[in-house]
Amino acid sequence: MSSLLSLAIWIPIFGAFVVFACGEQKKLARWTALAVAFAGFAITLPLYIGFDPAQAGMQFVEQRPWIPLLNIEYLLGVDGISVLFILLNSFVTILVVIAGWEVIEDKVAQYMGAFLIMSGLMNGIFCALDAVLFYVFFEASLIPMYIIIGVWGGPNRVYAAFKFFLYTLLGSLLMLIALIWLYLSSGGSFNLLEWHQLRIDMTPQILLFLAFLVAFAVKVPMWPVHTWLPDAHVEAPTGGSVVLAAIMLKLGAYGFLRFSLPIAPDASHTLAPLMITLSLIAVIYIGFVALVQADMKKLIAYSSISHMGFVTLGFFIFNQLGIEGALVQMVSHGFVSAAMFLCVGVMYDRLHSRQIADYGGVMHRMPKFAGFFVLFAMANAGLPATSGFVGEFMVALGAIKFNFWVGFAAATTLVLGAAYTLWMVKRVVYGPVGNSHVAELADISHREFLFLALLALCVLAMGVYPFPFTEVMHASVDNLLKHVAVSKL
Amino acid sequence: MKLLYLIVPLAPLFGAIVAGLFSKAVGRAGAHSITILGVAISFLAALAVLFDVMNGRSFNGDIYTWLESGGLKLSIGFLIDPLTAVMMVVVTFVSLMVHIYTIGYMAHDEENWPADSKAGTNSYQRFFAYISLFTFSMLMLVMSNNFVQLFFGWEAVGLVSYLLIGFWATRPTAVYANLKAFLVNRVGDFGFLLGIGLVAAYAGSLDYAAVFGKAKDLAAITEATTGWPLATAICIGLFVGAMGKSAQFPLHVWLPDSMEGPTPISALIHAATMVTAGIFMVSRMSPLFELSDTALSFVIVVGAITTLFMALIAIVQTDIKRVVAYSTLSQLGYMTMALGASAYSVAIFHLMTHAFFKAVLFLGAGSVIIAMHHEQDMRKMGGLRKYMPITYATVLIGAIANAGLPPFAGFFSKDSVIEAVHLANVPGAGFAYFCALAAVFVGGLYSFRLVFFAFHGKERFRDAHHDEHGHATHHDEHGHHGAHGSHEPHESPKVVTVPLILLSIPAIASGWLIGSLLYGNWFGDAIFFAEAHPAMAHMKEAFHGVFGMMAHGVTTLPFWLAISGAALAWFLYIKRPDLPAVLREKFALPVKILENKYGLDDFNQWFFANGACGIGRSLWKAGDQAVIDGVAVNGSAKLIGWFAGVVRLIQSGHLYQYAFSMIIGVFVLLTLWMNRV
Repeated sequence: MSSLLSLAIWIPIFGAFVVFACGEQKKLARWTALAVAFAGFAITLPLYIGFDPAQAGMQFVEQRPWIPLLNIEYLLGVDGISVLFILLNSFVTILVVIAGWEVIEDKVAQYMGAFLIMSGLMNGIFCALDAVLFYVFFEASLIPMYIIIGVWGGPNRVYAAFKFFLYTLLGSLLMLIALIWLYLSSGGSFNLLEWHQLRIDMTPQILLFLAFLVAFAVKVPMWPVHTWLPDAHVEAPTGGSVVLAAIMLKLGAYGFLRFSLPIAPDASHTLAPLMITLSLIAVIYIGFVALVQADMKKLIAYSSISHMGFVTLGFFIFNQLGIEGALVQMVSHGFVSAAMFLCVGVMYDRLHSRQIADYGGVMHRMPKFAGFFVLFAMANAGLPATSGFVGEFMVALGAIKFNFWVGFAAATTLVLGAAYTLWMVKRVVYGPVGNSHVAELADISHREFLFLALLALCVLAMGVYPFPFTEVMHASVDNLLKHVAVSKL
Repeated sequence: MKLLYLIVPLAPLFGAIVAGLFSKAVGRAGAHSITILGVAISFLAALAVLFDVMNGRSFNGDIYTWLESGGLKLSIGFLIDPLTAVMMVVVTFVSLMVHIYTIGYMAHDEENWPADSKAGTNSYQRFFAYISLFTFSMLMLVMSNNFVQLFFGWEAVGLVSYLLIGFWATRPTAVYANLKAFLVNRVGDFGFLLGIGLVAAYAGSLDYAAVFGKAKDLAAITEATTGWPLATAICIGLFVGAMGKSAQFPLHVWLPDSMEGPTPISALIHAATMVTAGIFMVSRMSPLFELSDTALSFVIVVGAITTLFMALIAIVQTDIKRVVAYSTLSQLGYMTMALGASAYSVAIFHLMTHAFFKAVLFLGAGSVIIAMHHEQDMRKMGGLRKYMPITYATVLIGAIANAGLPPFAGFFSKDSVIEAVHLANVPGAGFAYFCALAAVFVGGLYSFRLVFFAFHGKERFRDAHHDEHGHATHHDEHGHHGAHGSHEPHESPKVVTVPLILLSIPAIASGWLIGSLLYGNWFGDAIFFAEAHPAMAHMKEAFHGVFGMMAHGVTTLPFWLAISGAALAWFLYIKRPDLPAVLREKFALPVKILENKYGLDDFNQWFFANGACGIGRSLWKAGDQAVIDGVAVNGSAKLIGWFAGVVRLIQSGHLYQYAFSMIIGVFVLLTLWMNRV
C-alpha cells in the first residue's frame, strides 16, 4: 500500500509546525516554508507519473481503521477527477510562499505555516473517501483561511471573515445532517464509494441533493450565495486571495462530483434545470456586475464567480465534453485567477491601492509586468492558446449539444468576459501615465518575474496542448457519467 | 513534405519570439533582420507550396492531437489545397513588403513615446515581433484543416490586431479603438462559436473533410431545440463571425477606428489579410453555405448594404487613412456579395487583387503621412505629386485599380463580382445588384477624390502650420523633423518606395490571371457550388479571355459609372475646387449623416456600452447589495459585534497558533478516546 497521499497531506501540515518553530527568525522561516512547499509538491509528482489513466476507479488507495466504533476509516484515494487538483494545490502553495516572501514582514512564520497547513488540509479534501474524514478536512481548512484574512487582511477584515463564516456555517450543518442520514441508511458506513451504490428514494434524494447544494454552492460560489467572495478577496492578503480563488473555490465544485451526482443521480437529473439556470445567471448577471467594479480585486472576484458558473454548467449538462470541460476550466482557473490576483498584488505592494482609477499607463513604467498582465487578462477572457479557452470551449460545445439556448446564453461570456477584463486592462495598463505615483513605479523584481513566468508557462502549455490534462480524466468521467445515467430508485 | 508546410508558419513565429522576448539583446537591426528573414523564408516556402499544388499535390493531415473528449477529436493540422496556397502566397508576400516598409515607417518611433516611457525604448522591436506574430497566426488560420485551429487563428489575429491598434498606447483614442475592435469582433465570434458548436453537435466532428462529407445529411436536419433548419443556423452563425472579422454592417464599426494603429498594420491587417479572413472562411465553408439559400440571401444583403453605405461615407472623409478604410469596407462588401452569389472563387479573386491594390493605397497614404510629419488631414495637403512622384504614381495605380478601371487588377475582379451578383438568383440579389452598381460610381468618386485632393491642386500644407493651435503642440512632438528646417515634403526613403513599387506590379497585373483562376478550374474541389446557383457556370460561358473581357467591359454600365465618378472627382477637386464647400452647405443634412456614420457609433456607445454598465450597476446595487447582502446577510449584523470580539482576541497574540495545535490535538485525542474500547 503506497502512502503517497498521506505524505501529500501530512508533509505540509507537520512542516508547518517546523516553520512555526522558527519563530521570529524570518529568513529561516521563509526558507523552511519554501523547502516544505517543494517537498509537498515533489511528493505529488509520482501521483501523476504513476497514475494509470486507463483505470476508472480509485488509485493509490490507503485504508486503515480510524474509529472502528463508528466504522470510520482513514480512507484515501484519487481518481482522474481529483488527481489534478492535488498537483495544482501543491504547486500553488509554492507560488504563495514565493509571493509572500518579502511582502509579509509581520508574523512571517505564522503566515507561511498557515498556508502550509491549509495546503495539507485541502489535499486531504481531494483524496478523502471517508465522509467523516472529508468533513473534518473540509471544515478544518476554513480555519486557516479565517485566520489569514483576520490577521493579515485589510481594514474591513472582520466583516469579511464574519461573512465568510456565516455563509459556510449553514451549509456545513446541512451537510453534516446529510452525512449522518446516509450513515444510518447505509447501515453504518461512512465509505463514500459504498454510498455511491446506495439505493435511495426520490424524496430523500432531493433533500440530500439540496443539503449538499447549500454546502457546496456557497463554496463555489454560485449565485445567489456568492456575496461573501468579493469581500473576502478584497480583505485577504494576496496569498489568501490566490489560494481562495485557485483552490478553495474548487472544493465546492469537487463536492458536486463526489457527493451530489453519484449519490443522488435521479435528483441531479430532476434538479438539473435549476442548476443550469443558477449557473447561467452566474455567467451573465455576474459578468455584468464585474463590468462596473472599480476595485480590481472585486472585479477579478466577480470574474471568478462567472467562470465558476461555467464549471457548474458543465457538470449538469451530463455529457463528457461538459464535465471534462468543467474540470479543465477548474484547473485553468486555478492558474489564471492565481495569476490575476498575483498581478494585482504586485501593483498593490507598490502603490497600496487596488482602485482602477489610481492607475493608468502602467506599461510605461513596468513593461515586463504589463506583458504578463495582458497575457493573463487574455487568458481570463478565454483567448485560444491560453488555458482559459480550453474549458470554456469544451463546456460551450457541450452546452450547445445539450440545448442550443443554454449554449447561446453561456457563449455570451465571450463578449462579457472580454469586456470587463480588457476594460480594466485599458484603464490600468494603457493610456498615458496616470499620476505621479504611477510615474515612480519600478518594474517587477526577479522574484516576481519568477512566479509570473511560471504561471505564464502553465497557462500557455495548457492552452497549446491540453491533451495530457484531459487524458487522465477520461476513464473516471466516463465512469461517473455511466453511473449517473442509471437510476437509483 | 510536412516540413515545408511547417516552415511557412513557424519561420515568422520564430522571428516574433526572438524580436519580442529578446529585444534588448538583438537590438533594432537584429529585430528587423530576423523577422524579415523569417517572413522571407516563409514566402519562399509558400511559393514552393504553390508550385507543388499546381502540380496537383495537395495535403490534408494532422500534426498533433490537441484534445480528445466526448468522442470529438480536435487536432492541429494542415489542409493544403489551391485555396490555401493562394492565401499563403498573398499573406506572406504582403507581409514581407510590409515588414520592409516598416523599417522606414517606424524609424523614428521613439518620438511617439514620452521620453521616460520604458515601453518606448523597445517599441521598434516590439512592432516587428507583433507583425511577425500576426503573420504566423494568419497562416495558421488559412492552413487549418479543422474548425478549432481556424478559431485559434481567428482569435489570434484578433489579439495581434488589438495589440497593434493600441500600439501607441499613450493616445486615448488608440486604446479606445483597440478595445472597441476586440469587443465588436467578440460579438462576431459569439455567432462563430455557436456555428462551430452546432457543427460539432450534429456532425460529430470538427474536421473539414469529415464535416463536408456529411454536408448532405446536415441539410436534412432540423435543429432540435430551436426548430430551425440546421444548415441555415450553422451558416448564419459562421457568417456572423465573418461579419465581425471582415467588418460587415453592422459589425463594421471597429474598422475605421482601427486606423489609430500605425499605417503598416492598416495595410497588412486591416486591408490585405486579417479582414479578409471572413471571406476566406466562408469560401472554405462553401459546401455548407450552398445548402442554405436563406443564409446566402442574408450574406448577399449584408454585403450589399456594406458596399454602398460605407462607400458613401468615404466621400466626406478628410483623413487620408479613413478614406482608404471606408473604401476597404466597401470592397469587403463586394467580396461578401460574391459569396452570397455563390461565386466563392470570384470573392477570393477580388480578395487577392484587393490585397495588393489596397496595400498600395495604405502604404502610399503612410508614405504621405511620413512626408507630412504625421499629418493625416487631406485639407492640409494638396499638390504633393511634385514632391513625391513615386508615391503619387503608386497611389494613382492603387486608386485606378480600386475604382475598377481596365486593365488594372480591380477591374477584372470587381466586374466579375458585379456580373456574379447580376446572375445570382437568391432573394435580395436584385437589391445587391443595384448597390453594387451604385457603389461603382461612388468608388470612382472617392478614389479619385483622394488622388486629386492630396496630390493635386493648391499646396495647402504651406499655410497649414500657421493657422492652428493644435498643430503647434503636435509640431513640438516631432521636433526632430522640424530640426531639418524645412517643411517641404519629400519623397520617402527606398525601404518605403520599393515595397510600394513591388506591390503595384500585382495591383496592375494580378487581374490578368482571371482566366486560369476563375475559369480554369484552379480551385478544383476546394470550392463547391450547387447546380441551383449557376452564376459561375454562366460566367464561364461568357468569358473570352482577358482582352475580350476588357473590350466588353468598356461597353457596359459599370465602366461608365466608374468613369463618371472619376470625372466628378476631377470636376470638384481640380476644375472647381470651390464647389465642395458649397455642396457641403447645400446638402448639410446628408453630409452630417455621413459624417456621423449614420449615428451608429453614438448608438452603440449609448445602447451597448452605457447600457451594459447600467445593467451591471443596477444588478450590483439592487441585487447583490440591497437584496442579498442587505436582507439575507446583514440581517444578522448584530452577530458581527460578537464575532469582532473573538477576532480581536485572536489578533492580540499568537492565539491562532494554539488554535491549530488544538485542532490537531482534538483530532488525536478523539481518535485515542474513540478507540480505547
